[in-house]
Amino acid sequence: MIRVTYVAHDGAETVIEAEEGTSVMQAAVSNDVDGIVGECGGSMMCATCHCYVDEAWEAKTGQRSDDEDEMLEGAASEVTGRSRLSCQIKLDPSLDGLVVHLPEEQL
Amino acid sequence: MSPSRVVIVGAGQGGLQAAISLRQSGFDGAITLIGAEPGLPYQRPPLSKAYLLDGKAEALTLRPESFFESKQVAYLPDTRVLEIDRQAQEVHLDGPGEARRMGYDHLVLATGTRNLRPPIDGLEHACDLRTLADAARLREALAAPRRIAVIGGGFIGLEFAAVARKLGHDVSVMEAAPRLMARAVSPAMSRHFEAWHRAQGVALHLGRAAIGVDAGGVSLDDGARVEADFVLLAAGVRPNTELAEAAGLETENGVCVNAQLLSSDPAISALGDCASFPDPRSGAMVRLESVQAATDHARLIAARIAKGACPDYAAVPWFWSDQGDQKLQIAGFAGPGATEEVVADGLVARFDAGGLAAVETVNNARAHMKARRLLAPGGSADLAALKEAIAA
Repeated sequence: MIRVTYVAHDGAETVIEAEEGTSVMQAAVSNDVDGIVGECGGSMMCATCHCYVDEAWEAKTGQRSDDEDEMLEGAASEVTGRSRLSCQIKLDPSLDGLVVHLPEEQL
Repeated sequence: MSPSRVVIVGAGQGGLQAAISLRQSGFDGAITLIGAEPGLPYQRPPLSKAYLLDGKAEALTLRPESFFESKQVAYLPDTRVLEIDRQAQEVHLDGPGEARRMGYDHLVLATGTRNLRPPIDGLEHACDLRTLADAARLREALAAPRRIAVIGGGFIGLEFAAVARKLGHDVSVMEAAPRLMARAVSPAMSRHFEAWHRAQGVALHLGRAAIGVDAGGVSLDDGARVEADFVLLAAGVRPNTELAEAAGLETENGVCVNAQLLSSDPAISALGDCASFPDPRSGAMVRLESVQAATDHARLIAARIAKGACPDYAAVPWFWSDQGDQKLQIAGFAGPGATEEVVADGLVARFDAGGLAAVETVNNARAHMKARRLLAPGGSADLAALKEAIAA
């Protein structure tokens, strides 16, 4: 299992464990983490699973794709260099301990 | 006074979203979510796409069991509402255990649609694709090489056809209209997808209605015969309005609601695929079959119930369909009679009397998102504005 910490906009932390291959969005939704919506179910058709990858994990999660970049244009909260659509980050053992920060709004 | 008991009929994505949004909006009364299917509420869009390939049913679940406990939402699966008694403000339920009545202060109809069954002989030989159980059956059918016939060239039929073709099956699609997805996209976009499906080796029979299905295939209205060992019926849907009709609510192509998504009874709202609502741009009554409409409706209704008031519905519609590697996105909504302009390959703009009405794109998330912003309420965009936005 891979451990992920979600830091809400108000600073509250939720730590969950998810199976390898799960996306950071799916892991949040199936563990009832508020702050990730994932309206389109991970088809990269909405921008409601926006997260900010913690600085320490930036290198490991990799770059966002061009399409992801375009969809983020529709995000409800500010997009920064560390913004990702969490449906596009697939969990693997190298991401065990991953920390992501959640925006104030997804819609 | 805000209502203290909300009952939601229908546990699809819209019904569940209403429950989620009620709690997020601070509603602290009782919420009951009633679903006809067994199991937890799940996403339907992947049933004709990813699920057919990966079979991961658990990935479809919208919220875990713990959600219903922690948010105090009473979820009643496998339960049908038989009748709405508007006088007593009660619904009559039939589910596990005995039939019973349940009172409501506000009722939300999220009953969705069911598959249309056109007058075709022998339809018992055809499978449907609507529920997880249907999709599981289709997955089994796709396990061995087959000749597959799909009745209906809309989103669902074509998404299924693309998956089946990718898996190496012989696939034929018959569509009674002269072009694919005629209700949803422009003629130019229909042609794009017609060419793509033909290039994949899908046999398309356009302008040909199926008149009979039997164990060996499908008969068409021109006398032609499509041999098939497996037939999918994907000929569209009709809204589930029987409960509303029997209760005397106004219905026409759905449960009629106003810009606050209230039905002709102020104690009853309707959302998503079963609701006919005024299009914010044109004012025309429309009924949209999409995740976007279902969830945006749900959020408005929840805010209105929790806070007592909310602005009128104003969301820009958007749709998507994944057919193989072709990602179709539609921003906005164009009614019948819209004109079209092919802006670039895989990018079509549609116009009506109010200007730009919809933008269809293939594998172009950038233009899609620009268009969504351009179509936001209050504005009136034209072709020049669209070109400028895309070029920016």
